[in-house]
Amino acid sequence: MSTATLLLVVGTLPALATLLCVVLPHRAAAAVTLAVALVCLAAVIRLVPPTAHGVVALGFLRVDALSEVFLLPTGLLYAAAAAFSIGYLGDEARQAAASGGHRQRLFSRYSRLFFVGFNAFAWSMFCAPMADGLALLWIAVEVTTVVSALLVALDNTEGATEAAWKYVLIASCGLGIALLATIVMYYAGAQAMGQSYDLALDPLVAHAAQLPQTPVRLAFVLAVVGFGTKVGLFPMHTWLPDAHAEAPTPVSALLSGSLLAVSFYAILRYDEVTRITVGDRFPQGVLLVFGVASLLLASLSLLQQADLKRLLAYSSVEHMGILAIGISFGSPLAAVGVLLHVLAHAAAKGNAFLGAGVVVRVFRTKSLARIRGVLDRLPWTGPLLLASILALCAMPPFGLFRSEFDIVAGGIGAGQHTAGAILVILVTIAFLGLLGSVVRLVLTSPATAAPGREPSAWMVVPMVGLLAVLLVLGVHPPEDLSTLLSAAAGQLAGAVAR
Amino acid sequence: MTGTGAPTLFDGVANTIAVVVLLLEFLMLRAAMLRAQVRLYAIQSLVVSVLAAVVAAGRDVPELYVLAVVSFLMKAVIVPWLILRLLRDASAEIAGSGVLSVASEVLLAIVVAAFGFFTVNTLDIHSDVLPATALSVAFAVVLVAFVLIIMRRDVVSQAVGFFSLENGVSMVSLVVAAGMPLILEVAFLFDLLVAVVVFGVLMRVHHGRTRSLSTIELTRLRG
Repeated sequence: MSTATLLLVVGTLPALATLLCVVLPHRAAAAVTLAVALVCLAAVIRLVPPTAHGVVALGFLRVDALSEVFLLPTGLLYAAAAAFSIGYLGDEARQAAASGGHRQRLFSRYSRLFFVGFNAFAWSMFCAPMADGLALLWIAVEVTTVVSALLVALDNTEGATEAAWKYVLIASCGLGIALLATIVMYYAGAQAMGQSYDLALDPLVAHAAQLPQTPVRLAFVLAVVGFGTKVGLFPMHTWLPDAHAEAPTPVSALLSGSLLAVSFYAILRYDEVTRITVGDRFPQGVLLVFGVASLLLASLSLLQQADLKRLLAYSSVEHMGILAIGISFGSPLAAVGVLLHVLAHAAAKGNAFLGAGVVVRVFRTKSLARIRGVLDRLPWTGPLLLASILALCAMPPFGLFRSEFDIVAGGIGAGQHTAGAILVILVTIAFLGLLGSVVRLVLTSPATAAPGREPSAWMVVPMVGLLAVLLVLGVHPPEDLSTLLSAAAGQLAGAVAR
Repeated sequence: MTGTGAPTLFDGVANTIAVVVLLLEFLMLRAAMLRAQVRLYAIQSLVVSVLAAVVAAGRDVPELYVLAVVSFLMKAVIVPWLILRLLRDASAEIAGSGVLSVASEVLLAIVVAAFGFFTVNTLDIHSDVLPATALSVAFAVVLVAFVLIIMRRDVVSQAVGFFSLENGVSMVSLVVAAGMPLILEVAFLFDLLVAVVVFGVLMRVHHGRTRSLSTIELTRLRG
């Protein structure tokens, strides 16, 4: 299969699955979703070698090393969450089938909406990094927002309704600002390339040195605030813990591991242009401020969190802050670290959310105070959840250890001693908060001596898979992946080389 | 070219239309009745579409006629109709409430608008299509829309605030990006329509659950 065909597969199959799920019954929809997700994962992985050495393009679709790095988390979590969904909805499906009638109808409606939204969400997140141009990128990110807002509201509880409204309003306003960024960037580009062009990436980067400085600065700040709203940077993060905590678990995993990364990708695209036009200092300063503020807020919030899924959501804010700081260091080593961090964070956070989903299902509460003795009751999920939390705390031998090490080493190598020290201190505070809460959850003895049973093997297998990915990323990333990360980091540090 | 010598008739017309959009934004801030607010939004969308047509005629950009028609149909007809239908179905409250009194809200909005106006002026962004004043006014519209969203405590005003924010962004795009390919402009509008549908669905869900359009009760999730 030619590499351009792979783009077509990733760009159309999830859309096709979305349409199919409108008509298919529950079991068939779940099977189709899983099959499509696995094919997409295979296609995305197959794209690693060609994109590491060049650009693969087909019409409006264009994948270079940087976009490929951001396709991988979606591919990974789409597949993992699709498998998890079979177990997640399995119990409900059996009970609904047994009781029949009204309940059956309610469930098949829920299941249809879930799979339609789930596939559409994954599709929009594949499209964003593949879109050739800042305007198309904005459109794709906007689509991710509206689809995921509906998914957050899906459970139709009081919390879900509130979270969905906050999310759609705040994220839409953020994207309104991001649209302003797109327009201002268009204006800047028009000064060098004439009125009729479509914000495609290659010409924009090629002409970046001739763009007027003030509009590009303005566009960059608007982009960081606008897309940063969806990344969850402080102080635009307020929707994030709500939406992550109230969404159905497979959606939470995609939101945290993949959606935030895709929005961060949008910022990186503006960063790429801005660095060439106005030099490194300005974008670095902006990202450093937002990164440190996010990391500070998140690490303090982690210390006093009472809700398991909100705990993980704040940990996402923490990791997005780390990404922003890592980019602000402006060293190639830190850039490689940031890109590896995107992948490892997706695997670890996806894993943690899936594990938390099982725990919430079994204990019927999200309150950290009321969950005890997970290790005794859940022989598989317990250790897996603990491992993923250790991974999120950047313990070796997992991928996040390697990536955070690269980021800090790169920062200190580039002479950013103060920022590097702040990063290490805040990450340590976050480490205390996260690990303290979860260790209590997992290792304390259970309130009741009820023997444990995993709800479903479908929920365990994807977690094992993600943990394996984390180990591979930490111990020895494959040769092709390392080449890809270096190539993508080269794009980010392009201004230095030029 | 604009920006040199005395303002032309075209500049005068364009600036006047831009100021009318800003005034409508202030009226929306003032309007207590939700229906009145939606109607004001429809009028504002109409005025923005007229601005697009004026630019199309004055600067000879025929593509913008298409944009003007599409934007009129979507933002001045379909979107207000969708929201008004929702309001009829909900038939709960007809008036929204703000955090501050109307007078303080308007004062705050004036300060914010002035801030936006003068800040953008200092950026020194010139355009061949419209006078730079229109750009400053457009940014002021965006900022006042934010005041509206933040200060109001009901889902309809907040949604309408977001839609009028988009009107402000459209105006910015007319000033500095009139040459943007039509297909992208239409895609932006289509995206808005999708957003409107989603806002509508979530407003319905919200109303179905709380039997109210108010957001005062939405304080469960915090920390």
